[in-house]
Amino acid sequence: MSESKKEVDVHSGVETTGHVWDGIKELNTPLPRWWLYIFYITIVWAIGYMIAMPAIPALPGLGTHNTTGVLGMSDRHTVEQKVAELHAERAAESTKLLDASLEDIETDLNLQQFAMAMGESAFGDNCATCHGAGGRGAKGYPTLADDVWLWDGTLEGIEQTIRHGIRSADDADTRFSAMPAFGRDGLLTSDQIDDLVQYVLSISGHEADAAAAARGGVTFQAQCSSCHGVDGHGTRALGAPNLTDADWLYVTEDEWRNGTAPDEIRGVITNARNSHMPAWNGRLDDATIKALAVYVHSLGGGE
Amino acid sequence: MGIMNKHETLERHSLALTIGILLVVAVGGLVEIAPLFYLENTIEKVEGMRPYTPLELEGRNIYIREGCYVCHSQMVRPLRDEVERYGHYSLAAESMYDHPFQWGSKRTGPDLARVGGKYSDSWHVDHLKKPQSMVPESVMPPYAFLADNKLHFDDIEAHLKTLRFEGVPYTDDMIANAKSDLMAQADPNSDYDAQDAFVARYVAAAGRDNTVRIADYDGNPDEITELDALIAYLQMTGTLVDFSTYEADDLDNRR
Repeated sequence: MSESKKEVDVHSGVETTGHVWDGIKELNTPLPRWWLYIFYITIVWAIGYMIAMPAIPALPGLGTHNTTGVLGMSDRHTVEQKVAELHAERAAESTKLLDASLEDIETDLNLQQFAMAMGESAFGDNCATCHGAGGRGAKGYPTLADDVWLWDGTLEGIEQTIRHGIRSADDADTRFSAMPAFGRDGLLTSDQIDDLVQYVLSISGHEADAAAAARGGVTFQAQCSSCHGVDGHGTRALGAPNLTDADWLYVTEDEWRNGTAPDEIRGVITNARNSHMPAWNGRLDDATIKALAVYVHSLGGGE
Repeated sequence: MGIMNKHETLERHSLALTIGILLVVAVGGLVEIAPLFYLENTIEKVEGMRPYTPLELEGRNIYIREGCYVCHSQMVRPLRDEVERYGHYSLAAESMYDHPFQWGSKRTGPDLARVGGKYSDSWHVDHLKKPQSMVPESVMPPYAFLADNKLHFDDIEAHLKTLRFEGVPYTDDMIANAKSDLMAQADPNSDYDAQDAFVARYVAAAGRDNTVRIADYDGNPDEITELDALIAYLQMTGTLVDFSTYEADDLDNRR
């Protein structure tokens, strides 16, 4: 590198940096004007932004908060406003829906459409994860698209279930019952449970060992009939399912076909299932819960 | 263009250039990071936050080990549609005991910041074992092996101590009883005195009731599995803060 010596390049008319390597000189081309001015504008913009928006933290010891900005913008405030606006948009229909009876909803087409649209979207996000798309159900998760109801199939009953859940902890109004784990807790012997399985098969119209079923029937009357009923038709108030029909909560169609159904029934009697549904009170607002009840009521056989 | 040529002074003196670079970079740290340590509105004052129980902490460690954060974020952003879907937007206070935090922005699966209590324990068991059995269109891989893995918690005290070093307010009592607390939370039929002591410890830290739950999370009463721990953690997420006492417009809570 030679001594620094600034000169103006004769070809471009631009000053050089004065560096020379093997006779090659470096041009000191200035920044393009347009770029430079945009750069200055961004600096001015940043100063304006710091004044307008929450930006400048207090210096240590001189304050406890940052500046809030002259525009007073706050994301959290904005989202509360947006949600409030959304609720205000729905307010008229929501209020009407809250007070509406089943007949009101069935006769008022607008209200019905509103409830169904709201219920469907809320169902997709919150309920379909367990009860399946369209309420088709899964093993252990009741089908809502049929007319078989464990607890209550009326509009009010469905609303009560959604609001307070089933065996939901921390909700005093939750629907509750508890089937004992007859095998695990030693209430019945293994043989007695085998007989009971045969009895349950027989009353639901499946092939069963007649002698075992007869023995199981005696055990059933002593141990099971208080909840499932003397004839096995179940008791809604206790959420005890009807054992004589073709709908099974803990046995799938496949299990009936491939012959493992008796094992599944045995498992339920041995360990009991007592599944939970969370209480949605508090997580969802009143109008959404009512809309969900209307939607679920409409799926299959609301009563 | 007089001022434009001044940079030559810096460029020709390497020490001056080094000091100049240090100053510019330091502004970023001093202005953007340092104030967070002394400003009072960095972390909201809320009621209900408590350190994670030993079982939840083990579950959180499994959550991190399995890379759940790769597909699930844990931060409900303050946007209308997110608040409508997931619930109240997340607060800084809700992750103040997280080391490391699990915020994230990658959502192949849904946000999990408020999944606690949304589904039943048995749903989580079924779903973690085979996600497609619950959500047919799900692309989540199965985690059935968690049900077979016995939870190793011999070193749980060390985890609590490490977090206390990081600033999580675990008491001596919590650390000394970590193992018994863990076993108490995973089994509703365990020693009732141990359960009461466990609940009392963590409810006191939270400052409000119903912030601690005891359950046989995986439905297998015979042993404490990794599935127990993970579900205990998931069922707690987003449930601690008492939002009835949260004032969104308070100066401390504005963002």
